Amino acid sequence: MRFAIVRFPGTWSDRDCQHVLRDVLGQETEIVWHRESDLSGFDAVVLPGGFSYGDYLRCGAIARFSPVMDEVARVAAAGKPVIGICNGFQVLCESHLLPGALMRNDSLQFRCEWTYLRREGSSTPWVATIPEGDVLHVPISHGEGNYFADAATLDELEQTGRVLFRYCDAAGTATAEANPNGSVNNIAGIINAAGNVLGMMPHPERAGELLTGGADGNRIWRSVIEAAVAAVA
Amino acid sequence: MPVDQEALDAVALSRAEYDLLVERLGREPNEVELGMFGSLWSEHCGYKNSKPLLMLFPSGGDRVLTRAGAENAGAIDIGDGLCVVMKVESHNHPSAIEPFQGAATGVGGIVRDIFAMGAYPIAILNSLRFGTPADPQNKYLLDGVVAGISFYGNCLGIPNVGGEVVFAADYNGNPLVNAMCVGLARTDRLQSAKARGVGNPLLLVGADTGRDGIHGASGLASRTDPEARFEEMRPAVQVGNPFMEKLLMEACYELASEHPEWLAGLQDLGAAGLTSSVVECCAKGGTGAVLELANVPRRESGMRPYEIMLSESQERMLVIANREHAADVKALFERWELHCEEIGQVTGGTDVVIMDNGVEVGRVPTGIASDPPLYRREGVRPAHLAELNTFDLASLPDLDPGEATAALLRLLARPNITSKRGVFRQYDHQVLANTVVPPGGDAAVVRIDGTDRAIALSTDCNGRYCYLDPYAGAAIAVAEAARNVVCTGATPVAVTDCLNFGNPEKADVYYQLSQAVHGLSEACSVFDTPVVSGNVSLYNETAGRPVYPTPVVGMLGIIEDVSKHLRAGFQRPGSEVWLLGAGIDQAADTLAGSEYLEMAHGKVAGLPQVDLQGERRLQELVLLANGEGLLASAHDCSDGGLAVALAECAVFGGVGFDGQREFGGRVDGALFGERQGRVVVTVASEAAATRLRELAAELDVWATWLGRTVEHGGFAFGPIETSVEALGEAYETGV
Repeated sequence: MRFAIVRFPGTWSDRDCQHVLRDVLGQETEIVWHRESDLSGFDAVVLPGGFSYGDYLRCGAIARFSPVMDEVARVAAAGKPVIGICNGFQVLCESHLLPGALMRNDSLQFRCEWTYLRREGSSTPWVATIPEGDVLHVPISHGEGNYFADAATLDELEQTGRVLFRYCDAAGTATAEANPNGSVNNIAGIINAAGNVLGMMPHPERAGELLTGGADGNRIWRSVIEAAVAAVA
Repeated sequence: MPVDQEALDAVALSRAEYDLLVERLGREPNEVELGMFGSLWSEHCGYKNSKPLLMLFPSGGDRVLTRAGAENAGAIDIGDGLCVVMKVESHNHPSAIEPFQGAATGVGGIVRDIFAMGAYPIAILNSLRFGTPADPQNKYLLDGVVAGISFYGNCLGIPNVGGEVVFAADYNGNPLVNAMCVGLARTDRLQSAKARGVGNPLLLVGADTGRDGIHGASGLASRTDPEARFEEMRPAVQVGNPFMEKLLMEACYELASEHPEWLAGLQDLGAAGLTSSVVECCAKGGTGAVLELANVPRRESGMRPYEIMLSESQERMLVIANREHAADVKALFERWELHCEEIGQVTGGTDVVIMDNGVEVGRVPTGIASDPPLYRREGVRPAHLAELNTFDLASLPDLDPGEATAALLRLLARPNITSKRGVFRQYDHQVLANTVVPPGGDAAVVRIDGTDRAIALSTDCNGRYCYLDPYAGAAIAVAEAARNVVCTGATPVAVTDCLNFGNPEKADVYYQLSQAVHGLSEACSVFDTPVVSGNVSLYNETAGRPVYPTPVVGMLGIIEDVSKHLRAGFQRPGSEVWLLGAGIDQAADTLAGSEYLEMAHGKVAGLPQVDLQGERRLQELVLLANGEGLLASAHDCSDGGLAVALAECAVFGGVGFDGQREFGGRVDGALFGERQGRVVVTVASEAAATRLRELAAELDVWATWLGRTVEHGGFAFGPIETSVEALGEAYETGV
């Protein structure tokens, strides 16, 4: 599978995504500068974490105007897998490819720590091989990951199984203590209505090897890779 | 006409220094030149008080690729054509005045030093010291400094993997903010801060030049400033733009790693801005330069040449391009959306000539500028030391065994020992996906991407020990830093240091500085860890009172096979726990300068002891034993003594401990004495324990059985009886 990893000015988890996808999972990858306007040669797009344009305005508010984002919207509309991680999630929300917004953490501080995520919601390619209710151990690293959406949007997300990951404790219960940033309903990751565009604050690419703390993030990548293989077959 | 005192004060030159300058120059300097010489001859840039001492450091070795002080950072060969570049630097004074921006730009400055070498920064550590956290002013400084580091470092995408946060009343009002950065480069791509090649263009890249930071080097960092001047000096603290730095870092690394033939030299703009960058590059390159200030992109109009030359605006780099590739270099920076302007050329002379719209406004001979007067002073041992050192610790009442558990819990909650998780979780310590041992262990372990190797990094210094005996204290800082990296399974290979002291013009402060340098030198010789880079921060005083002498040691270790790295916490129940390096019984003298002594008796007294040869054998034993696969964990025994070390092992691993109940001697010495040269290990099996004892006997190192890790969550050692949960709760008190 061939992944485009988009690099905005200020992106920093581009190399980490490339490392896990290429070196650990054996996929084809290319880091694509944000001025690129053709992603037709790729099977999936990754919008990695970082501080695009320094996040001096609302996170992702400038990156959404990068030339590559028109193409990302086309890729998303075509039904190919798109994932926005951390800053990438913020860019997807700013681009209206996903609903809601990410506010400042309720602690008003940056948080870098491991979290537990409960896999929920509908069976999209991103999580098809992860049984519902499974708990994944994946770290966060952000200052503005406090997910918010209005009541109607939340209701729709919850009713239609579009909350894919929820912060929980090790046993899988979504408690207030397990919520690292104040996200409404402990939401850590959501999917679009079509099921191909995933946004999540935690970093699956940082949970790619036991040596560096755990490999649960690979379950997400493997799921989408298997889905692509199945689609071809 | 001689200049008036006010003009000299503004650039922090003495009358005698000014007279010397006039004599060597053969004329009076003009305003621009005086500003430039003042900065270059400042302690911060010229090391005029410390250079004769720094020359004592062992700085060479098989792995060392740089000459001490000759480059922006030291480079160490780690094999396979790769090298590690490292340096630690202070930003104490700016952080005292404006903690957020002071600390933020401290990170920015040290990171530029690393990528100026052509390396990609792979780790940051911060060694921080504050006054007692109960005082709201110190808490304000702590919160501001941590937020500033978090703001700047996180945006860059460099993992912040470790360091220290230490508290003592002697840092009230004068926090120490030392930032260390480590980079990785291909050895054949290392860059040099030399202006080479007559006719080559000098390109100024990155941020525009503004009026911020003028007199940072001469004013803030090179003399004692009563707090009364803090408000007045606030504009001399620069403001950081980490986004700009991120672009600069990526662009410079791409340039150095992929197009080395385009480059003739690379240098960051730090203290004293354009002045020191250009003059130092020319001095090292044996060249001159001509600058046209009209071509310097500015943030504001009406800036005078003096201001342009001394501005410390952040996020700027000086690139000396090979003339035929100047256009390629410009195109590369433009692709990264960065300004890149030609501001001058390398010339054949030895003068740096400053032009403003075609008119010469200054001419600085690099030989004079880079050769400040050096001061060899006489140190005098502080009078109060004799009394403190000879204080009879044995005369203090011993700890009542019934109070031992409570004392341990109190110690664990002390600001100097308690978990710093609240600080570290504000730093991104995982980006780049190579962090094997995150902050909180003995040393951070970072994998070298694409290899089986890892590096281990630690910063250490105990100011109390250095206060009581600067020689022994500095030697202990090296020993402990080495021990910390050894406890992760790494072989110590090199040191970077940051010497934080008071006003060296005072004889007792100079004594501390001189003794510390001697102690550090001896220890680095014994551990075969050359000092490859460093920084000196003097004039750290509040109301005339110097900070604790604080020679911070940043240690680099190498692990050849990362799968053999060790952690501090107990790994599983049922393991034997051993103490290597000494027995359990310890006399009252091991309470010297200890955390316990201060807590229980309100004293900082005694004479800290160090046995460097014994320490070296201990470390050799740990490395040999780990090489043979005998060890399951290793933890350095330091602040708080053996009981605290054992408690940390239990808390980190979440595993209980059932230890020896009976031992002789003083209760406080055995539990909380800070005798150096000790490591707590667990062994992989009973056979491993036998082999460990053999090795220990061969190396003449004490090995003492302490107990076993247990299934239940209890913790018992000597008179201490508690649970891992209770220990964890105390340890997680936080600051």
